[in-house]
Amino acid sequence: MAQTTQREFMLGEGSGTGSGSQNLRVGVGPAHPAMHGIIRITTELDGEVIVKADVEIGYLHRAFEKDCEEGGYNNAIPFTDRLNYVSPLINNFGYCAAVEKLLGIDVTERCKYIRVIMSEISRICDHLTCIGASAMELGAFTVFLYMIKAREFLWELVEDVTGARLTISYGRVGGVKADLPDGFAERTAKAFKETREVLDEVHRLLTGNRIFMDRMIGVGALSREETIAYAITGPLLRAAGVPYDVRRAQPYDVYDRLEFEIPTQKDGDNYSRYLVRMAEMEQSMRIVEQALAMVPGGPINVDFEGRPVDPAWYVDRGKQGKTEGLLLVPITLSPNLLGSERPAHERINAHDKRVVLPPKETTYGSIEGLMNHFMLIMEGNGIRPPRGEAYVAVEGANGELGFYVVSDGTDRPYRVRCRPPCLPPMAALHRMIEGQMVADLIPTFGSVNMIGGELDR
Amino acid sequence: MDGAAMLAELRARFGSDVVETHEHRGDHTAVVTREALRRVLAWCRDEPSLAFEMLTDLTAVDYVKYPGRQDGPRFEVVYHLYSLTHNHRLRLKVRVDEDDALVPTAVDLWPIADWFEREVWDMFGVRFAGHPDLRRLLMYEEFVGHPLRKDYPIDRRQPLIGPAS
Repeated sequence: MAQTTQREFMLGEGSGTGSGSQNLRVGVGPAHPAMHGIIRITTELDGEVIVKADVEIGYLHRAFEKDCEEGGYNNAIPFTDRLNYVSPLINNFGYCAAVEKLLGIDVTERCKYIRVIMSEISRICDHLTCIGASAMELGAFTVFLYMIKAREFLWELVEDVTGARLTISYGRVGGVKADLPDGFAERTAKAFKETREVLDEVHRLLTGNRIFMDRMIGVGALSREETIAYAITGPLLRAAGVPYDVRRAQPYDVYDRLEFEIPTQKDGDNYSRYLVRMAEMEQSMRIVEQALAMVPGGPINVDFEGRPVDPAWYVDRGKQGKTEGLLLVPITLSPNLLGSERPAHERINAHDKRVVLPPKETTYGSIEGLMNHFMLIMEGNGIRPPRGEAYVAVEGANGELGFYVVSDGTDRPYRVRCRPPCLPPMAALHRMIEGQMVADLIPTFGSVNMIGGELDR
Repeated sequence: MDGAAMLAELRARFGSDVVETHEHRGDHTAVVTREALRRVLAWCRDEPSLAFEMLTDLTAVDYVKYPGRQDGPRFEVVYHLYSLTHNHRLRLKVRVDEDDALVPTAVDLWPIADWFEREVWDMFGVRFAGHPDLRRLLMYEEFVGHPLRKDYPIDRRQPLIGPAS
């Protein structure tokens, strides 16, 4: 409420007085050194106060939705990496969940846990980037370096599992690409210890810092009603006092079995958003720790007869047609690049030959596997969901990430719509910055955490 | 209120203005006429037992190449509603033809419809009557055509805009 008063005071709304002087139009962006992201804000200034702002987006438009219509269902997964490129795993799983819903299949238990673990690690990376970058824009460069250091530890975990740091393409319709590597739980514990230390340091650097609080408290606030009317979800909505979280409201995967809190604040300003994000990272780590303790299947038994087989030899035999007995040989392929080995494959992928590629040993080792592989890969074949449509929402780092997929019964999606979580806050950005000082534009823009990749698609 | 009851309630209240309802994979959908769209949307928002405070998503689908629907109305504008109070979702659709691609706006019901409708206009060329400022959202003003239409070829090149001359 105090915010409305400030807005009215600064803009002279209602009083009919105004300043009477001539306003100045200043364009901020598209490429501005103090803004991370390509976006143009045309502001109308009265002195240092923003009277009117027009936000223009689209500079990073890459025809994501059009491209998805051009290939098979799994071909869209690399495109989803590039939506929110700070937490690409959540995008992968959101899209896969939508196609799985369309197909009516369920993924395995272990896969659900893996998806939860990887999503939460991504969420922490996203929040670290957001807070680090917006603190840097306020001059707190130390915080940025500390948080990027913590993100580095987490990205190493992501790299261990997926083989890549950013463009991970780890989700698959019906499963995931590879199982968790050996020793993952221990490495996660170590990375979380480092992350917690960083969070503790950042708390001491920022949370009670007079300069930081002066720049953040009461700035960029949006009332609860307006936040809802603009369909803003995620940390921004929770900072305004609404405990809405897709993970709790409509649980997917195994979130209903895990204990976590939904941090909320009541003011809806930049400082509240900062506090919500800081608290959410701790909750995400809690979730990962529980999930790692509960994940079924245990570590992968590498070689139960003590007879390791060289994957290259195995594949060569298969290619020469000498497939006799090959299916009986337990082998271990690299979980990263060549595909997952058979025992892991069964654990992490849905048992549905219409959807899931067979493990590479089966493809190279048996005619059935080869045919199955071709039936999913060849032009005109592939995953064919029945006609219909499905909308699935997952909790992205910035809010509700929705995928609306329409199938016409062929192997290509007829329409893929991504509901980007940071579009609604950007649509409401002018409400947050009008009536505030020009300098406050920067922390407000930082707290919205615009990700050009998903905003412009 | 569960999805089936919601659809029954919609049919009872709006009669023949509800063209079709169906449930697929747990998602409940109602197709309404364009004339009744604003009444239905306003009712969904204000009726306490529905209380759809959020317009989660607004998009469109071009059905011109969909098997069996080549002759029917070309576009479907799709509204995804969510209620924070009751934690339920509903999908509403309205069908329009290409030569009369005009849908009443929802900006005064949910301000977020402003940008969503601009995007639908940009990508599909469906206009929204009563929208205060229907500009393109993602493409630039000089762009010709609407790229998400099914007859817009994916490899078409258009000149990039230079600095304003």
